[in-house]
Amino acid sequence: MSPTKGTANSLRSRRAVREESALGFGDGPGPLERFSPRRLTTWVGRQRFPLAAPTWPGTVVRPAPKHTLGVDYDTAWSRRYPVRLARAVVLDNITRPLARVVASPEIRGEDALVGLEAPVIFAANHASHLDTPLLLSCLPNRFRHRTIVAAAADYFFDRRWKAIAWSFFLAAIPIERAKVNRRSAAVAAELLEDEWNLVIFPEGGRSPDGWAQPFRGGAAYLAVRTGRPVVPVHLANTRHILPKGRTALRPTHTTVTFGQPLWPGEGEDSRKFSLRIEAAVAVLANEETTDWWTARKAAADGTTPSLQGPDVATWRRSWALEPHPGDRVETTGPNEDGLKPDSRRPTWPKRPS
Amino acid sequence: MSPRPGFVLDVDSSTPPTLFWRGERFSLEKLPEGSRVIYAPEPLEPLKDPVAAIRHALTHPVGDQKPLPDLLFPGMKLTIAFDDISLPLPPMERPDIRQMVIEQVLDMAATAGVDDVELIVALALHRRMTEPELRHAIGDRVYDAFAPNGLLTQHDAEDPDALTHLGLTDQGEDVEINKRAAESDLLVYVNINLVAMDGGHKSVATGLASYKSLLHHHNPATMVASKSFMDQHRSELHSANWRMGRLIKESGVNIFQIETTLNNDTFPEAFSFLQKREWEWKARDRVNYLASAAALNRTPPRVARGIFHNIKAPHRMTSVQAGEVEAVHKITTENVWAQQGVEVEGQTDILTMGLPYISPYNVNSILNPILVACLGLGYFFNLYRGKPLVREGGVLIMTHPTTPDFNPVHHPSYIDFFEQVLTETTDPVVMSEQFEEAFATDPWYRHLYRTGHAYHGVHPFYMWYWCAHALNHLGAVIIVGGDAKTVHRLGFRSATTLTDALEMARDVVGPSPSLTHIHTPPILMADVK
Repeated sequence: MSPTKGTANSLRSRRAVREESALGFGDGPGPLERFSPRRLTTWVGRQRFPLAAPTWPGTVVRPAPKHTLGVDYDTAWSRRYPVRLARAVVLDNITRPLARVVASPEIRGEDALVGLEAPVIFAANHASHLDTPLLLSCLPNRFRHRTIVAAAADYFFDRRWKAIAWSFFLAAIPIERAKVNRRSAAVAAELLEDEWNLVIFPEGGRSPDGWAQPFRGGAAYLAVRTGRPVVPVHLANTRHILPKGRTALRPTHTTVTFGQPLWPGEGEDSRKFSLRIEAAVAVLANEETTDWWTARKAAADGTTPSLQGPDVATWRRSWALEPHPGDRVETTGPNEDGLKPDSRRPTWPKRPS
Repeated sequence: MSPRPGFVLDVDSSTPPTLFWRGERFSLEKLPEGSRVIYAPEPLEPLKDPVAAIRHALTHPVGDQKPLPDLLFPGMKLTIAFDDISLPLPPMERPDIRQMVIEQVLDMAATAGVDDVELIVALALHRRMTEPELRHAIGDRVYDAFAPNGLLTQHDAEDPDALTHLGLTDQGEDVEINKRAAESDLLVYVNINLVAMDGGHKSVATGLASYKSLLHHHNPATMVASKSFMDQHRSELHSANWRMGRLIKESGVNIFQIETTLNNDTFPEAFSFLQKREWEWKARDRVNYLASAAALNRTPPRVARGIFHNIKAPHRMTSVQAGEVEAVHKITTENVWAQQGVEVEGQTDILTMGLPYISPYNVNSILNPILVACLGLGYFFNLYRGKPLVREGGVLIMTHPTTPDFNPVHHPSYIDFFEQVLTETTDPVVMSEQFEEAFATDPWYRHLYRTGHAYHGVHPFYMWYWCAHALNHLGAVIIVGGDAKTVHRLGFRSATTLTDALEMARDVVGPSPSLTHIHTPPILMADVK
């Protein structure tokens, strides 16, 4: 019996498929595809123990996984000499010039650091991601290359690549900001005792609205524990550069003001000392908008404006902030709520015609 | 982190297959859901400074005994006896504990000006150790100082000139031990306590005894009455040794007992997966398992045996105590239990075990079929306190190739035992009555024992007697993967796979049996409630 047309066709097509497969062109996997990472991964995934990892018996309690990130990340490597050298090169040749270009900092009160023995704790207000590189780049040489930065463990150390990057670029160490963590406090104290200076932002994070948040006790606690001084620092206008919720850089002029070092008093607890640090930064903020003498007098009278801004509705707090120097402004009417007398608000942007 | 205690796993659907030893090989077997697997505790932390600990033990003895330096004086006769090749298992990495202890004892003897010192290997009816084995055990320094002058000897249980009869116990048991040891001003015994059975009065009363003395407790009646011989207080074997030990003491033999315990760190890094829990195997463990299992499956048994017997265990000392025998042994036993004890709730219908390549009687040798039976039924079955792991009438399943291979140098009488005795009977009582004497008094076996490296002619009988309690207790014994003809010769049943063996076991214990697997080595002791 002669084959039907359909049979002949199917035979022909089967032969063609076989030939194509042999040459590696057909529908089946070719030699390259056969050993492709995807196919290998699939093959490995189909295997059972011991080729694949063992399954865990349901009757055995799993031990808590070992944490190597967050507050448990070990940053010791970033303080070894070769890494420090590489960081110094990057800080002096890339970070510092960039910070100068973006933030154009005016440095005030640098004389407060003259003759001050390391290690010290630099406690600053925090409004921008640029605060750390800016502050580092403004530190005198003898502090700059032996300074670590307390960084939020949950934000800067939640991924391995981030932990590595921040440890390298900023000599960051992870600090638990949501609660007191003995390990992170112990590491910071140990490093201070090992003559490393520390940059810490006592607010625990960037300001959400431009006004400062209440200072937490970390900086004060470390100072009391180690007996080292705290240098209050005020960073003005950095909130315009990389504030919370913004990813694009917006260059502006900034001011970095160093205050006189504060030593914990005898028997002074960290809570009281923390209030003193916050007050010192508030005086520096006032000095930035007025002048040194006015700020000192206000401090003496106890009338220094709070760093945390007025206790009014959110929009009014925002309204009371200094606008960006490039924004168009109009002077507002008389101040009724005790806001800064020279507070200005931006005009609404015009609709494009 | 402190080491984890022993653990009883309840097998469920997500439990990975369990490791089973098969002589010089191993496999992974899926156990039925609801089975239990008993894992040994993790190795205890070793002593940080073992030499300091030894010196402290020697100068601060326990019980009614003086510090060692006070017992040493010029002109005295000092004998140091020590455990033979059967301990520890596998042999430990250098320095061996015996070397560390003996060097300290000799240091003190030298300081005290003792000239007459002899060392004796307390091997009872075991084979004589070879020079490399001795050098490994006591170190080159000690060996070179004593062996060339004939001051290092191996106990000979058949030399009438080297034995002293000290008397009879209240139960009429002959106490005949090594003459030099009995006549010394001080006998220092250096022990390694691998399992709870070792040490105590058994060290001298068995290790330095004659055949005439040993046959009073190495017999089927004693073994059946030892439940188990790992539990000193319920062991007739120990009761007999304790009676003998007390008689030895009353005869004026001054024994300074030094006992040591080891942690159960049994395998070096490359084989460490063998002592881990399977679900905790890391990628490296799996690679090591796959590579070694595949390589061993393609390796001739002789070569594989050579590889395994070259393994030296990273055992480390966890305690050392010295002084009066019973006071010392009480502490030692507690330390052994601290390392090996695992609490187990209730008995099981079926007990499974994978038999490894080594037992106390085949170091650097072959685990022949009689030793297979002894390892499974004599040793592993008896690793309990309270009740046996398997219920009376239950089934024991072992995995081992059980080939009829023998080492003719080490085990000559085993070959004849296998061919002449086991073909007639597997009943320990019957064979003891009909065959034991002929083997024990055979001049050829005696000659090989005394001059070569052969176990005594009666030794295979003793190995079979060690199984007596298990043989009395069990409903059936099944060997998986064993040579069928050999397994039948032993009086056991043979199965090809574990699944087949479980089917066969169901015929004995019923359709829904409980199953427990003992994951050893490392050695563990089940405290069955």
